[in-house]
Amino acid sequence: MVEVLGVPLPALLGQLLLALINGSFYAVLSLGLALIFGLLNIINFAHGAFYMLGAFVAWLLLQHVGIGYWPSLVLAPLVVGAFGMVVERLLLRRLYDLDHLYGLLFTFGLALILEGTFRQIYGISGQPYSIPPALSGGTNLGFMFLPYYRGWVILVSVVMCLATWLIIERTKLGALMRAATENPDLVRAFGVNVGLLVTLTYGFGVALAAFAGVLAAPIYSVNPIMGSHLIIIVFAVVVIGGMGSILGAVVSGFLLGLCEGITRVYWPEASSVVIFVIMAIVLVLRPAGLFGRRA
Amino acid sequence: MRPEGSTGGPAAATAAVVAKDRAPGRTGLWALAALVALLVAPLFVYPVFLAKVLCFALFATAFNLLLGYAGLLSFGHAAFFGFAAYVSAHATKVWGLTPELGILAGTATAAVMGLVFGVIAIRRQGIYFAMVTLALAQMVYFVSLQAPFTHGEDGIQGVPRGHLFGVIDISSNTATYYLALGVFVLGFLVVYRAIHSPFGQVLKAIRENEARAVSLGYDADKYKLLAFVLSATLAGTAGATKALVFQLASLTDVQWQMSGEVVLMTLLGGVGTVLGPMVGATIIVTMQNYLAHVGSITTIVQGVIFVVCVLLFRRGIVGEVQAYLARRRQGGR
Repeated sequence: MVEVLGVPLPALLGQLLLALINGSFYAVLSLGLALIFGLLNIINFAHGAFYMLGAFVAWLLLQHVGIGYWPSLVLAPLVVGAFGMVVERLLLRRLYDLDHLYGLLFTFGLALILEGTFRQIYGISGQPYSIPPALSGGTNLGFMFLPYYRGWVILVSVVMCLATWLIIERTKLGALMRAATENPDLVRAFGVNVGLLVTLTYGFGVALAAFAGVLAAPIYSVNPIMGSHLIIIVFAVVVIGGMGSILGAVVSGFLLGLCEGITRVYWPEASSVVIFVIMAIVLVLRPAGLFGRRA
Repeated sequence: MRPEGSTGGPAAATAAVVAKDRAPGRTGLWALAALVALLVAPLFVYPVFLAKVLCFALFATAFNLLLGYAGLLSFGHAAFFGFAAYVSAHATKVWGLTPELGILAGTATAAVMGLVFGVIAIRRQGIYFAMVTLALAQMVYFVSLQAPFTHGEDGIQGVPRGHLFGVIDISSNTATYYLALGVFVLGFLVVYRAIHSPFGQVLKAIRENEARAVSLGYDADKYKLLAFVLSATLAGTAGATKALVFQLASLTDVQWQMSGEVVLMTLLGGVGTVLGPMVGATIIVTMQNYLAHVGSITTIVQGVIFVVCVLLFRRGIVGEVQAYLARRRQGGR
């Protein structure tokens, strides 16, 4: 059997596949964080809670309405995104003129409320959510076994990130968003409804988190605390990548997922801290982040 | 952080002036009354609860030094609090050190951690600073989860309170309370001294306008780092003392939720006020005591308090009272 540094190749590749899945979630979540931060100047601490909410909405739809995975993949992000937009319109909007730290504190409180509510109702033992029949099973690639669902998660995450990037770089709406990120007052002077743009951006970022939540539901169980741990790692990813560029957020998400996976193979105990260690090293060597501009 | 936002300011300035105008003698009198109240308190209230309040009051006061006076929001203070608790528990239980040496060991560990974290985190500002400290603290959490001496999910249980200086038996709850009171008063005086010294003034200047402070020749990073280390050290003292009071050091104290709790205490009591963190700590600890057995209600209530504080009264309780007194004084003139 082929071995790489003492680890059998199929085992190594299997771990790397898992790593890429984690990387997909990091990428999609940090993409949403970066979008929201660009326009609202707020770090959305509730991002992990919205991710959890996405998974729960999908689970609830299945339990109580009988709506399955595929419709949920669209419905859950819409529902959670709409909820996010309501929160932005009614509450978050009042904080834009204040120190940015208040936005962080507000969304932290929001995350506690959401997480606490679901924990109170459903406890912390996860709810199972099965893989859709069309994607169950897998195929043997000769050098490793590829479960279809895992391949699907990676594929759809990459497509989603590319689509978002295309919308922002190539469409009129994206151009307006970029302009409003640079100078909202000037864009407003041209007659653009910047307020609406901000609401839509927040909704879109939140919907992305919920989308990741639905993707995650069949892999991890649906759990009220699934988001809070993830969001801290995503923060580290965002610090490493720098929030200056969309592509930077996505690339660093996948890369760090891989780093974590490789560490899990060779030094399992360190895998939970490796991203934080990388963050510390990056901060010392390149304080603005790998892709960031100096603020 | 400036609660009034980018536009406000005069009200806070007036409050500061009013506070300064007040005769120092009266402040001393109030302090004396408070101390007497704290000394007799265990006659009326369960001492362990009181000691817990004091530990958290010191924790929040240390945190407020950083947020209220240096304007730095750390979301990772649980690392210092919790890890110092582990160190002091280990030192007294396994190495058999006396309680005061145990607390010192915890404090010293927190100081070193504060220095390392500070050097890394201060390279980024504002929101990034909060995220970096949170991430670093999560690293400490994972280390605590896996390191053998912390005993993972069990924590270090049955920590002996022992004999203070090897002589005074502090195994009774009341004796432990007085130890916590002594530690708290010491820690509080250190913070009080720091914020009323030229060092504190420079910190405030950096908070208000870093570029200007730098142009006046102050090395802003050095001041921020010093404030961070001091804050981390005292947070460690609080955690180390808590480990002796409860005879337990566990993962609860290093979790990110704990970092959030100390932010909440400070925010609720009043960021940048001397008494605010104590008031906030008292309210939150009391609330937790009553809601502890109702599942996740505590988390929800804490979230609601966060949201309400941020949206409606950013000055916190003590800050609002000060502003009200200042307004009344102005009206009366």
